[in-house]
Amino acid sequence: MADLGEMIRESQIWKSIFRHPMPVDRRNRIVVMLTNFFLHLHPVSIKKQGIALSYTWCMGGVTFFLFLVETVTGVLLMFYYRPTVEWAYTDIQMLRDVHSLGLLREIHRWAAHAMVITVWLHMYRVFLTGSYKPPREFNWVLGVFLLLLTLLLSFTGYLLPWDQLAVWAITVGSNMARATPILGHEGPGQQLLTLGGVDMITNASDARFALLGAREVGEETLNRFYILHCIAIPLGVALLLAVHFWRVRKDGGISGPL
Amino acid sequence: MTHGLTDAQFFEKVSSFLGPFYIALALMNGLAALYLWRSGQLKTWLKLAKGIEIPNAIVWLAVAMGFAILGAVAGGGMAESLSLPESFREAINKSTGPVIYSAGTTVILIILFFFREFFVRPAVAWTIWNLMWLFLGLSMTDRDFFEIVAKPDNVPIVMLVFLLAFFTWLGTSQAVINDRRKENGEPPMEKLDNEKVLVWPDLVYPELICMIALTAFLIFWAIALPAPLEEAASSVKTPNPSKAPWYFLGLQEMLVYYDPWMAGVVLPSLIVAGLMAIPYLDFNKAGNGYYTIKERMFSYSIFQFGFLEMWITLIVLGTLLRGPNWNFFGPYEHWDAHKVQALNNVNLSEFFWENMLGRSLPGTLALADISASLDPSNWPSWIAWLGGIADPFLQFFSLLFGRELPGTLLVLGYFIALPPLMALTVLRNFYKRMGFIRFMVMANLLLFMGSLPIKMLLRWIFDLKYLISIPEYFFNF
Ligand code: HEM
Repeated sequence: MADLGEMIRESQIWKSIFRHPMPVDRRNRIVVMLTNFFLHLHPVSIKKQGIALSYTWCMGGVTFFLFLVETVTGVLLMFYYRPTVEWAYTDIQMLRDVHSLGLLREIHRWAAHAMVITVWLHMYRVFLTGSYKPPREFNWVLGVFLLLLTLLLSFTGYLLPWDQLAVWAITVGSNMARATPILGHEGPGQQLLTLGGVDMITNASDARFALLGAREVGEETLNRFYILHCIAIPLGVALLLAVHFWRVRKDGGISGPL
Repeated sequence: MTHGLTDAQFFEKVSSFLGPFYIALALMNGLAALYLWRSGQLKTWLKLAKGIEIPNAIVWLAVAMGFAILGAVAGGGMAESLSLPESFREAINKSTGPVIYSAGTTVILIILFFFREFFVRPAVAWTIWNLMWLFLGLSMTDRDFFEIVAKPDNVPIVMLVFLLAFFTWLGTSQAVINDRRKENGEPPMEKLDNEKVLVWPDLVYPELICMIALTAFLIFWAIALPAPLEEAASSVKTPNPSKAPWYFLGLQEMLVYYDPWMAGVVLPSLIVAGLMAIPYLDFNKAGNGYYTIKERMFSYSIFQFGFLEMWITLIVLGTLLRGPNWNFFGPYEHWDAHKVQALNNVNLSEFFWENMLGRSLPGTLALADISASLDPSNWPSWIAWLGGIADPFLQFFSLLFGRELPGTLLVLGYFIALPPLMALTVLRNFYKRMGFIRFMVMANLLLFMGSLPIKMLLRWIFDLKYLISIPEYFFNF
């Protein structure tokens, strides 16, 4: 075994990919952090407390990892799924019954639920350690946006299987938009927006219509949620995450007593 | 999910789950005993006869044996015998309701908070932890309980509850230690870890291990629990109950007490805005970067009440205990779609005008009512247009300050009079340190937050439906 490992690590291919041998001394361990694209997200050295599991619970990291899992499994799922009323349900059925990669859907779904939980736990720990206090106020605000986007990702994805569970959960969830003050057709103040006696806010022009693309959850909604779920929101999350991580470092790394 | 199974088949299904479940608990306690022994934390708990001492590790080992026996019994097909007594379950069903549930969880949280020094002690916490799992295991043999808790999309909530219990313990126990250190004039524990270490290997390796463990866990979860797929969508067959995804069920539960425009739009927006405002409202410099409770009592207790009580327990209530027609069902109660619950809630205006004054409700005032010459339809068209805009305003405000006057005064008093009152009395120091705008924002956020428990109490005690009820304009509060 050890020989095999040696052989691999001595091969031209390995050496061409990893520009350095496994670092064992202090100097090289610093160099590897500085010269690797993926590792340079991290600082080179860190306060011991910043890596203490009992302090950070690793929940931000876990959330990020789950987001990556979702991205990978999500892309694979897209190969098997067509977002139309005609096909959506059957495609998911096929994923369960026919394709050998069916397990992907389970991983995608459970990791999504888990991500909602871990993002709450992350926020909980950030609160309990008072890590939102200066100079990290704005990173907390970015975090709240991330929390919101995580919930929206989960919510838009919930519709895609197009079964009873999906459609009614989204119907119930989006019904609330009907009651948006002024902009919902059953919201307070809706009557105030009239022109010459004609209501401007109706069930075909209100906030719920904007969300669903139709009066009821239907073909247009599926298309809209699909695009939000697979493209728009993930891009938003990726962008915010980049800033979130950058701010963690610029704000002086993981918080600690002064 | 268990529909159409005979009792025997159901218990077979439960056995296949409970066997491994109890074995895992046995392992968990065995590992705890091993840990105590290897890390030299043995303590004598019991002194039997002379010279025979029972250390903590042995106690947990005995607990592990107990769980192993339960596992053998359950796995051996006798899961049925491992249930809570029927009479006990009946009693729980009978005695629980939204009131007991909400008040009970609040009281429990308050007790946990005040006696936290006791509850965070490892032995105590570990006992509670074991009891929680045991309670779950014993309840699983109840068909109605199983039906709801083992529903695939509800499994995450069970996980959430256990994870929160664990992490709340983890955070609180460190806070308790730090608070004690502070009293002794020592810096928080976190200060001791101030030295720097290299990220490679001290962070990169644990991350790698963590990723592998998580991947394994996800694959295990995915194999053990198939993702739900119900019948194809149909816009005519409305399921009862119709529920939003579980993480929004706290909001759906609020619909019991608020109109959709509050529960679904205003309050969620305020939750988000309020969360974002926290760093700018909390002027307390202490407790930055370490666990503490005593140094941040105010923000800590408000956050915990909002998060644990008003967000998490409402989600648990909405998911696990609300059945058809959004009626409350005890944890071991069958979800009967025909259960009728009398709804005799009254609006404050009805109570005030009809019950107290014995009069009928005052009506709406429109322009035409004031004088026929004001009736917009008698005007030239361009003024009629203006009148058409003004009329709804007039009608709305005539209801607000007419029929709904008592509620309007209460609500206005609550939101307008209370903040200055607080600034002058209980929160005087806050006002001084925060300044006008910040204080007003905080006071109003707190008042909105407080309106939920207040509305709950009003509903439970007075059967009050709305303080202000203007359904004509979709404005109920
Ligand atoms: C998609 C969601 C999120 C991801 C992937 C994420 C990721 C991370 C990571 C990896 C860290 C480094 C420290 C740690 O792991 O605890 C971090 C720190 C932080 N996060 Fe997040 N986060 C997310 C959402 C949030 C939310 C919802 C909040 C708060 C409302 C938040 C506020 C913060 C703050 C203030 C820090 C700095 C903490 C410190 O210095 O101790 N983040 N985040």
